[in-house]
Amino acid sequence: MQPPFQSEYRPPKVPTVDAVAARERAQRLSTRSIKTEAKVQGLKMLVGMLDLTTLEGADTPGKVRSLCQKARTPDSDHDSPSVGAVCVYPPMVPVARKQLRGTDIAIASVASYFPSGQAAIDERVEEVERVREAGADEIDVVMNRNAFLSGRYGQVHDEISALAEASGEAHLKVILETGELETYDAVRLASQIAIDAGADFIKTSTGKITPAATMPVTLVMLEAIRDHYLDTGEAIGMKPAGGIRKAKRALRYLVMVKETLGDAWLTPDRFRIGASSLLNDLLLQLEKERTGRYHSKRYLSLG
Amino acid sequence: MANICRASRKDFRDAVVAARDAQEGWAGRSAFNRGQILYRMGEMLESRRPAFVSELADVAGYDRDEAEAEVDAAIDRLVWYAGWSDKFAQVFGSVNPVASSHFDFTVPEPTGVVAAFTPRQAPLLGLVSCMAPIIVSGNAAILIVENDAPTLALDLAEVLETSDLPGGVVNILTGQREELRGHVGGHRDVDAVLSVGASTEERTVLEEEGAESVTRMEFRPDRSPAEWRSEESASPYWIAPFVEFKTTWHPVGR
Repeated sequence: MQPPFQSEYRPPKVPTVDAVAARERAQRLSTRSIKTEAKVQGLKMLVGMLDLTTLEGADTPGKVRSLCQKARTPDSDHDSPSVGAVCVYPPMVPVARKQLRGTDIAIASVASYFPSGQAAIDERVEEVERVREAGADEIDVVMNRNAFLSGRYGQVHDEISALAEASGEAHLKVILETGELETYDAVRLASQIAIDAGADFIKTSTGKITPAATMPVTLVMLEAIRDHYLDTGEAIGMKPAGGIRKAKRALRYLVMVKETLGDAWLTPDRFRIGASSLLNDLLLQLEKERTGRYHSKRYLSLG
Repeated sequence: MANICRASRKDFRDAVVAARDAQEGWAGRSAFNRGQILYRMGEMLESRRPAFVSELADVAGYDRDEAEAEVDAAIDRLVWYAGWSDKFAQVFGSVNPVASSHFDFTVPEPTGVVAAFTPRQAPLLGLVSCMAPIIVSGNAAILIVENDAPTLALDLAEVLETSDLPGGVVNILTGQREELRGHVGGHRDVDAVLSVGASTEERTVLEEEGAESVTRMEFRPDRSPAEWRSEESASPYWIAPFVEFKTTWHPVGR
């Protein structure tokens, strides 16, 4: 038996979330029409904000190499910006690092016993350290939902603090796995705890369970970021991940970020989208805008 | 009579997505099963024979005998193409004599997603005569209907719905050919286009727009309802424009 966890941390008081209003607001922000030049600008911006992700048991060095190639030159025929980062499992970090040498594409790795986080904190910290030493620029860790849902908020906080310390210079993205948190109030509280504990980014989901990222959940998290910024002046980044497959939906996320946090957050340093199949849809839409003809996925590489 | 939808380019775009998603599964069915489903379409059409007859009379202005003849011919045509499902490959495919110790086969495979500008004449039979040879080989079809009695096409959709045809294999759009033709020809996810009764301008637009993505183009003249009923309007050679031929070399084993 482990001794009961002792923590100095007292859970923050966070405003309650009006669930109906959050859904309505998210819905309202989905109705903007973005066309022609604004659409092209938005699509290009989204390519640069993408964390091109492969997190499968079947990942091989070959698959990661081809993903990295796609990250460097998403469209071999025309110049489109390279993606923000490539996101892989820890054993693939050296492969990605070698493949992305000489580019400004960041290497992100999941760690801390992704996706469940069901392991002792020492083991989770150790994995983060190993990933950092392997050369990851960004580390995506999972919050301990077991502790959170049992009400051990102090433990949740102290664990994330330990992971943040272990990550050192690397950017720390904390995955809340909102699909397991049940309520918007819980999402709001979890966001605040992660921010207090030293997260550089807060991220919705692992992508391993549904629902993954949704508009209302992202809105609640963006509002937590906004309130924290207004209180302290510290800017935290946001990363919705999982289930964002279409360019149209991704553009709606951009609208929501702009309306909630302003233009300052419309950069890859503060906003990322974790996705794998979204990139091809962005390229399809960019090509459609360029030629005026509907494009086909068969002209694009897999990924 | 009714307000008919006028399909936009975005409806066509969505139809291509549906067709592309459905095509692989449809082509993966056994030829026999595709034949069963086409046969079932014929049966379901027959069960609605009186409704289609009176609709041809009321909406398209057919006299009663002609209406009955068209519905009967449409049923027969579905059954006829159903029979071809597991036979056209033997007729069009071949075993090729080669000068080495290989078996060498050429087999037809479906082209993929086919968009069809359907006849203005014979609102039921013309449609069926275009659709059946496209889908029997495993293609998915988008049928664009512009004629004086488009409700027949919509009622045919109900027949398809109740025939175990997988969703997305046949997509019916009512709309204006002139408005859609440029987008149909230029769409890179469309593998082949059939145009029945194309005007000179339509043909030019389709060929120019389709050239970049090397879309297969098949043009046929429209026919009168009586001509559509004749046996001349059903042919296995109407299956052939929408298949690709694959040749396989296989070493002869010992």
